[in-house]
Amino acid sequence: MAIHIVDRRLNPGSKSLENRQRFLRRAKALVQGAVKKSSQDRDIKDVLEGGEISIPLDGMDEPRFRREGGTRDMVLPGNKKFIEGDMLPRPSQGGGKGSGPGEGDSEDAFRFVLSRDEFVDLFLDDLELPDLAKRKLAEAESEGIQRAGYATSGSPANISISRTVSRAMARRVALRRPRPEAIAELEAEAETCDEARRAELLAEIETLKAKARRIPFIDPIDIRYRRFESVPKPVAQAVMFCLMDVSGSMSEHMKDLAKRFYMLLYVFLKRRYRHVEIVFIRHTDRAEEVDEDTFFHGPASGGTLVSSALQAMHDIVRSRFRPADWNIYAAQASDGDNMTSDSPVTGHLLTDMILPVCQFFAYLEVGEAANYTFDMPDSSLWTLYERLRAEGAPLSMRKVSERSEIFPVFHDLFQRRGKHERAAP
Amino acid sequence: MTETADRLFQGADWDFPTLQRIHDACEKIARSELGLDVYPNQIEVITAEQMLDAYSSVGMPLFYKHWSFGKHFAFQEASYRKGLMGLAYEIVINSSPCISYLMEENTATMQTLVIAHAAFGHNHFFKNNYLFKQWTDADGILDYLEFAKGYVAQCEERHGRQAVEQTMDAAHALMSHGIDRYPGKKNLDLRAEEKRAGQRRLHEESVFNDLWRTVPTGPAKTSAVLSVERRRTLLGLPQENILYFLEKSAPRLQPWQRELLRIVRHIAQYFYPQSQTKVMNEGTATYVHYRIMTHLHEQGQISDGNFLEFLQSHTNVVFQPDFDDPRFSGFNPYALGFAMMQDIERIVTSPDDEDREWFPEIAGTGDTMGVLRSVWANYRDESFITQFLSPRLMRRLRLFHLHDDPAETAGIRVDAIHDERGYRRVRRELARQYDVGYIDANIEVVDVDLAGDRRLMLRHTVVKGAQLNEVDTRRVLQHLADLWSYDVSLVETDTADKVLKEYVLSPRTMAAAA
Repeated sequence: MAIHIVDRRLNPGSKSLENRQRFLRRAKALVQGAVKKSSQDRDIKDVLEGGEISIPLDGMDEPRFRREGGTRDMVLPGNKKFIEGDMLPRPSQGGGKGSGPGEGDSEDAFRFVLSRDEFVDLFLDDLELPDLAKRKLAEAESEGIQRAGYATSGSPANISISRTVSRAMARRVALRRPRPEAIAELEAEAETCDEARRAELLAEIETLKAKARRIPFIDPIDIRYRRFESVPKPVAQAVMFCLMDVSGSMSEHMKDLAKRFYMLLYVFLKRRYRHVEIVFIRHTDRAEEVDEDTFFHGPASGGTLVSSALQAMHDIVRSRFRPADWNIYAAQASDGDNMTSDSPVTGHLLTDMILPVCQFFAYLEVGEAANYTFDMPDSSLWTLYERLRAEGAPLSMRKVSERSEIFPVFHDLFQRRGKHERAAP
Repeated sequence: MTETADRLFQGADWDFPTLQRIHDACEKIARSELGLDVYPNQIEVITAEQMLDAYSSVGMPLFYKHWSFGKHFAFQEASYRKGLMGLAYEIVINSSPCISYLMEENTATMQTLVIAHAAFGHNHFFKNNYLFKQWTDADGILDYLEFAKGYVAQCEERHGRQAVEQTMDAAHALMSHGIDRYPGKKNLDLRAEEKRAGQRRLHEESVFNDLWRTVPTGPAKTSAVLSVERRRTLLGLPQENILYFLEKSAPRLQPWQRELLRIVRHIAQYFYPQSQTKVMNEGTATYVHYRIMTHLHEQGQISDGNFLEFLQSHTNVVFQPDFDDPRFSGFNPYALGFAMMQDIERIVTSPDDEDREWFPEIAGTGDTMGVLRSVWANYRDESFITQFLSPRLMRRLRLFHLHDDPAETAGIRVDAIHDERGYRRVRRELARQYDVGYIDANIEVVDVDLAGDRRLMLRHTVVKGAQLNEVDTRRVLQHLADLWSYDVSLVETDTADKVLKEYVLSPRTMAAAA
């Protein structure tokens, strides 16, 4: 009898991927809640590692008509000492059903594992790039060049040799252009043969040569040029500027808050852009571009001049990141101190130089934990930025003093908004 | 005789030619010695992930897409990764050809066991058991699933995923009540009908007696009662197949929604025999693999070592923990089924007086396979246990019957044990545990208020005081009301028609109703 043995191991896996996606979509609200909750307990670095989450079963139930209670009869194996008519005490309610064939109600929470991508997607799902006036820059497309077949006309530099030669050969074959070898052969024969034959051969050679002249080796109609088309290419790279005040007044705690914010921003950008670069600029009364480690941990002291950092950013943008090619994001963290005399310069730099080329500029004012930040008068930088914002500069700003506030603030800044609504303070 | 050259395989490794040899060797024994009659086999080797895939879509190779399968997959994957759950060695599908999935991790011995178990044991049962013959179409199921998958996808394209999902959710909630429990009434053809009418008339003429006319009859039925009866007849009520009733009579469903209900109903129906024959099906397959493996070993086709490996797996499979064992979770269908099959073999070949008294038809007939094949063909779990659970096996399993009446304050009563007075009662109660009539709640559509608010009326006949879980019932009824699109009521009545509880739910607006 026929038997088929089929090796299915090589079949594309994850046949149930779509079902899984449907499930996640359906449980989205629940899963999202669980993702947020679990991400609060983790380090930001690990936040995006995926992992196990649990959601309440309640929202994903599949109800059925189920019966419960009533008189129950059951037959069980393994009688040791019972005889007919014995009365057994009921197991206490807390102790479960004991030997009864319970309905098998599983735990009230439903645990499963999310992959890294799923986790990030859900984590950042309701976030979106801010709806700023310069938004079109975010979708800006630059022209790219792409091969698009062959053309009969074009610049000599674009001649496609192989295509041209092969067309020429096809034409020569089709028109029966005599091959030079054939002529040479006849000529060789004419050398050695008798008179009559030679005359005949010479005449033939002449015809062949005439034909070969009439049918050129390469004709202009053979020539083909490589054709190029310019296609719009979306800008798929972004640069993220991290500006931070590292003067003495910034504590480790404040730096930690800033770091968390930068990380979230990085992850968020990473999801949108193929290539994301980070530039760290720290400043006291002077600004310098540093590597990440120095940025967060390097010692520094001095006064505070915010304008120096903005100037540094502006210079770097001009020298390395053409706004036409790069999506530029900047996040500034500071405790809000700035020299009063610096304000006009800062304001000028920001509104005239930085903001026009940025997709997004966020200012994060970090404070000490459990400090009465919000009761204190606004800092000088906050006051300045507030004024700029009121004048219409597309700035986003928030105050943060607790680690747990970082995500909500971030979330808040990038929340998906209605079309014309602007970021509210 | 035990030449190593005769061995089907050496050690644990296998390849595809080995599988072929194993299959052929098993087939020879299955046909000649056991006389099995099977569908053609198709053996598919799959990975653990694919096995999980198969789990989440009730084992079928192709299935329509639905979130609940994704949910099950996520859940099973999590517990598999944690090591809470092992995977089955195989899955077998009741189709023609009969598809068996083999896990790639299995050793050669395990593959032999699995081929004997699934490709011959289950396969024979699927092909020959009357329930499967009556209710399932092995040739058509794969095509039907293909159609269902395509149809659901097409509906999603046309009517939107949400609308389809709502309908499917509702249909799934009612799935266990979308089954015809009795073979449908055959459509009489007109000629036969005419003939019957003629016979009836002849009969009436032949027994005509004018005296009957003078016998007083009861009070004439009022027109109201008559119209109720007529309506119920027209609607085919009472109807316990709720999905069928909705498909045929729900007033505002779109044609595609009816087709979706039909798909869910057909699939539920396809699985209906499996739920009624767990013990027999596994018992058959286990008995068959045990016979085949033993025979292969006797012939020297598998080595002693491999046979020991098999015995260990086999023993694990047929392990039945006692009721007070922490591992106990009800009867193991493999254990009970296998024990009963072996017991039948014993009764047929070497019966004692007790067996002769209890099973006079089969005791000592000597034709084990003949008896077993007829048992496999003609019984389901309930009738199988009622008929063939022997006192000796009851003693061996030390079965006892507990009666738990909540009204009884003293506790749970031991109603019967494995003794002379108890055998029949224990056996009857155990059989009842496998009776679908008791397992599923008895819920029927009883009437529709056509003249009034079109309310659909259902009744749950409460058996032994077990009422429906309120939360779940409300949810299911909500789905039902959404499909019916008018109010739905459910009353729970006891056998004396006393109303214990009443639910009324109104439909939400469905996306598709627009």
